[in-house]
Amino acid sequence: MPVSFEGEAMPTVELLFSAQPEHVRTARLVAAAVARRAGVDEAALDEVRLAVGEACSRAVGLHRSNGVEAPVRVMLNEDEKSFSIEVADEVPGNAAGSAPDSGADEAADDEGEMGLAVISGLVDDVKVIEGANGGVIRMSWPTP
Amino acid sequence: MDLSLSTRTVGDRTIVEVGGEIDVYTAPKLREQLVELVNDGSYHLVVDMEGVDFLDSTGLGVLVGGLKRVRAHEGSLRLVCNQERILKIFRITGLTKVFPIHTSVDEAVAATD
Repeated sequence: MPVSFEGEAMPTVELLFSAQPEHVRTARLVAAAVARRAGVDEAALDEVRLAVGEACSRAVGLHRSNGVEAPVRVMLNEDEKSFSIEVADEVPGNAAGSAPDSGADEAADDEGEMGLAVISGLVDDVKVIEGANGGVIRMSWPTP
Repeated sequence: MDLSLSTRTVGDRTIVEVGGEIDVYTAPKLREQLVELVNDGSYHLVVDMEGVDFLDSTGLGVLVGGLKRVRAHEGSLRLVCNQERILKIFRITGLTKVFPIHTSVDEAVAATD
């Protein structure tokens, strides 16, 4: 079951991709294209690209290390005053700071945490939301 | 764009010229390259990142791993980078304090600690 999100409106663009590293680049390209269209400042597009890439890499890592076959979901929302991205995984209990139980894939976990560190350093408005069915990283940028 | 890698030696230094995107998909190729160089006895590496268009935390992890390996042999790993967008990632992660970052390959090759 997909996680439900605040606001019932359909995202401007929604992307589902199988949890494979090669698709993260596609997510970056799509996110940057939609962000540009939404009016995100040209100088911030590199941040969008990097942040969405980090969030997707983390989700891919979580799905793979937990044997989750569901796709990673990316929602790109063009609102009146902002552009937001939500990256949702379907692995419960992995919000920032919580320790995964197995420890079987520590390297992947470390990389995920480094990814979160990069996102928090890059993006002013970021939230990590833990849902019953998985986590969501929500980031937004102002638009004119 | 995929990742491109080429190596050459200058004196006792091995220059690894990296181009394209270093991300969760391509970073393992860079890791293999660095591991192979160290296994073959190249302990003084200069990673030229001028052709890199994109670098994420997975790529940073590989560079840190490379540094750890060369240090085990009292070697060095220097970076060449002038691109603000790439340098920014090293800054926000505090890795500018970990890696010597040079503005040219010549400067990196000439550098001693």
